[in-house]
Amino acid sequence: MPPPPAPESLIPLSPAVFHILLSLADEDRHGYAVIQDVAARTGGEVKLGAGTLYRSIQRMLEQDLIVETESRLAPGTDDERRRYYRITPFGRKVARAEAERLAGLVQLARASGVIPGKA
Amino acid sequence: MSWYRAWLRLYPLSFRIEYGDEMTAIFAERWRAARGPRERAALWYEALLDIIWSAPAAHADLLKQDVRTSARSLRQSPGFALATILVAALGIGATTVAFGLIDHVLVRPLPFPGSDRLVKLYQDQSFRGYSRIELSPPNFLDWKREARSFERIAAYTTASVNLVGEGEPLRLDGVVATGDLFSVLGVPAALGRALTSMDDAREMPRVMVLSHRLWTTRFGGSPGVLGRTVRLDDEPHTIVGVMPPHFNFPTREAAFWAPKRFTDYDLEDRTNWYLHGVARLKDDVTLAQARAEMSTIAARLAEAYPDANARNGATVIRLRDEVNRQSRLMLWALAGASICMLLIACTNLASLLLSRALDRHRELAVRAALGAGRERLARQMLTENFVLAAAGGLGGILLAVVGMPLVARLVPTSLPIPDAPALDGRLLALAVEVTVATAIVFGVLPALKLAGSASVEGLKAGARAGASRSTERLRSLLVVGQVTASLVLLVSAGLLIQALWRVQGVAPGFEPTGVLTMRTSLPVPKYETTARRQQFYARVLDEVRAMPGVRQAAYISFLPMVMRGGIWPVTVDGQPEDPDNTHTASMRLITPGFFDTLRIPVLVGRDVMDSDTLDAPLVAIVSQSFAERHWPDQDPLGRHLSLARGDLTVVGVVGDVKVRGLEQESEPQVYLSSAQVPDVALPFYAPRDLVIRADVASESLVPAIRSTIARADSEVPVSDVRSLASVVESETAAREVQVRVLAGFAGMALLLAAVGVHGLLAFSVSARVREIGVRLALGATRARILRQVLARGFLLAGIGVVVGTMGATWAAHVLEALLFGVNPGDRQVYAAAAGVCMLMALAGSLLPALRATRVDPLQAIRAE
Repeated sequence: MPPPPAPESLIPLSPAVFHILLSLADEDRHGYAVIQDVAARTGGEVKLGAGTLYRSIQRMLEQDLIVETESRLAPGTDDERRRYYRITPFGRKVARAEAERLAGLVQLARASGVIPGKA
Repeated sequence: MSWYRAWLRLYPLSFRIEYGDEMTAIFAERWRAARGPRERAALWYEALLDIIWSAPAAHADLLKQDVRTSARSLRQSPGFALATILVAALGIGATTVAFGLIDHVLVRPLPFPGSDRLVKLYQDQSFRGYSRIELSPPNFLDWKREARSFERIAAYTTASVNLVGEGEPLRLDGVVATGDLFSVLGVPAALGRALTSMDDAREMPRVMVLSHRLWTTRFGGSPGVLGRTVRLDDEPHTIVGVMPPHFNFPTREAAFWAPKRFTDYDLEDRTNWYLHGVARLKDDVTLAQARAEMSTIAARLAEAYPDANARNGATVIRLRDEVNRQSRLMLWALAGASICMLLIACTNLASLLLSRALDRHRELAVRAALGAGRERLARQMLTENFVLAAAGGLGGILLAVVGMPLVARLVPTSLPIPDAPALDGRLLALAVEVTVATAIVFGVLPALKLAGSASVEGLKAGARAGASRSTERLRSLLVVGQVTASLVLLVSAGLLIQALWRVQGVAPGFEPTGVLTMRTSLPVPKYETTARRQQFYARVLDEVRAMPGVRQAAYISFLPMVMRGGIWPVTVDGQPEDPDNTHTASMRLITPGFFDTLRIPVLVGRDVMDSDTLDAPLVAIVSQSFAERHWPDQDPLGRHLSLARGDLTVVGVVGDVKVRGLEQESEPQVYLSSAQVPDVALPFYAPRDLVIRADVASESLVPAIRSTIARADSEVPVSDVRSLASVVESETAAREVQVRVLAGFAGMALLLAAVGVHGLLAFSVSARVREIGVRLALGATRARILRQVLARGFLLAGIGVVVGTMGATWAAHVLEALLFGVNPGDRQVYAAAAGVCMLMALAGSLLPALRATRVDPLQAIRAE
């Protein structure tokens, strides 16, 4: 097994991957829950398609950003077993690095007066 | 839902298996949540958009991953990777070169707009064996006036002139053409203007158009050349244009184009056949219609001028088809050989991949057990094979780039095309096509076969044997295929080598070694008089003969094999002129000493002498075949013949010379004394080729001879300095290239086939170690084991030889026209080829067979 890469090497993240990481940051979720959560957080702005979601998930699993937890019955559904995903410590680091990158950009934008705020 | 599931097929299978259910569940949930048809429609729209975007991306993810894995796994077995890439590169490179050449020579449109409508026109004199005779000026002008099938008709002839007044005098080969030539071809000048029909008029100033090459080499590529006047053979010509760089017409040698102006003499003589006709068909006229019309016109002219035109027809062929059968066949032979080569390469690759796959059987079985689906395994292997093929393709393109110049000799000089195919997108596309075909043949089949057999079963010990049996059968088939293709190549190469030897063995009729030749063309009108020319020859020859080491020197109109034409009708005394049976002979003017210089034997009588001048009776020396044809069993000396409007007395008989080259029948020869030609007559035959026999290295003589010529006349250029031996060698150059390529292919094929046999038997022996051990334990002798393994190799080779013999018989039949009389069924060649194949099989089987005899029965049984 090669050593895990530096978090910065995966930066910048695609918006879908970043949203999925944010969604999994507070609790383990199954795929549909991630879609719903992302939509709720962004006020319906970001609607992940199922294909986009699972393609991202597949890559994130390979990159060790998330892991699959035991599949279990989803609360509220009857008998469908669902796979749950959990963010890894490495995934958290990557999400943080991406957030810092974005924050840095926002600061730059403020400094140049493109958006209002504390200079 | 089943609709949604159907759309999911766009994803890779492994992805679908992994996530398909969940994706469908999500879709179902959203479907339930959607209210009303509008929301449902929107849901479908979003879902489809999502699939169309993410499915290709999922494929790309897998591909990237597989390429990474492939690169890693190939790095782990560099020997295998290198061998595979090399074999693929050989096959792909060879095929790309062969088909690149064919495309270049036979397929690609000629570099003129609407080139498929360009045709060449000839007089058809099939009644005496020539279907393509050049036109005489009066016939050309009549054709041009009467024909309605063509937009335009032009005529041209080649011309060699001396360019004087621009530094060193220079010998140029160019074209004099009627001004329509450039509008027929449809190519404008790159600089200035091309010739137009205005330039045909006798009273117009003389103009010329330069080839791009002449312009850059001689005139420094300066646009200022336009309007400049240069002397061509003492006639001032004004440069009016420069053609584009890739314009070649009629061949790539043409350095200039000047207007053809018909003289009064031109307009009188209908039998003075020297003009090439070229025309552009009208858009609505087919080749057949044009042929019909021209035949009608020719028939009418034959009736109107029975003396000159009786039985003369018209030949109309596409300009594209001016490639002779031999050149065509050589190219196809090359293509056939390259296909054999590619097939062998492919079978070798398939075999290599199969054995590698078997080596990895366990690894694959483990991966299958860990949940990798067959599709993933097949996909991974396909990617690996395509990576190998791509690397091989790259190598093949490199080989093609390097190899193309080596086979450029096979591009006939009779076409207006460059001497080598351009390395452009077309050639690249060809290489890619060949690569993909190769990858499919050698890559897909083994991958599918292997993925199919990779299963948990594979983990069990002993399952290897079962999988290997069917693989062995497949590999045996591949080995047979290799031997077959090798044999076809060997036989073809063998027959062509024999043909080459036979051509090389043809006695040219003279002794070429030790003879230096060069051309000094004398410009007219300066050298219009015979006396003036003779003065020049005498001065040059006297000085050259006096040089140390020089044995003999002489002048002749044209060297044999360099100019194949110069064929004249001839009549001899006592044989009335019979229009049905005109005799022809090759006519040359010589100075005394020519036969001696070339060591052409004087059989009877004498050589021409200095005393054979215009004051003396006109003499002729004839070749042996001439004497035998006209005066069988009689004394030819003192007989009369008339040729070129002169009544000549035969004073000598010499040996025959292969004027038309080693492979063609030559007309009998007649030699005239250059001093006996009236002024102005036969200017084309004025001797220009100097031949020198010397005991010293000929290169050492060249500077002295050059300065001798410069002293005689500083405006006479020296060109075509070469040995007579090289002239004779160039006769077989194309053949030699072809034979070398074919023999090279055959050698590589043998090597690959030997590797194939070795690989198969080595594998089979190692798979049967236990069986062999048991048999040894039960009392089988080692000699018997050895025999059995060897027999297996021989059996496969034998089947290959039998099948190959059939293929070779067919190939030899196709090649027959190239074989120069070698029997296409030549037993020796077939036997030798079969012998070589069996030797190859022996070489390939020996090591595995020896290994089989060294099996230790105890160890073999215990190891399992």
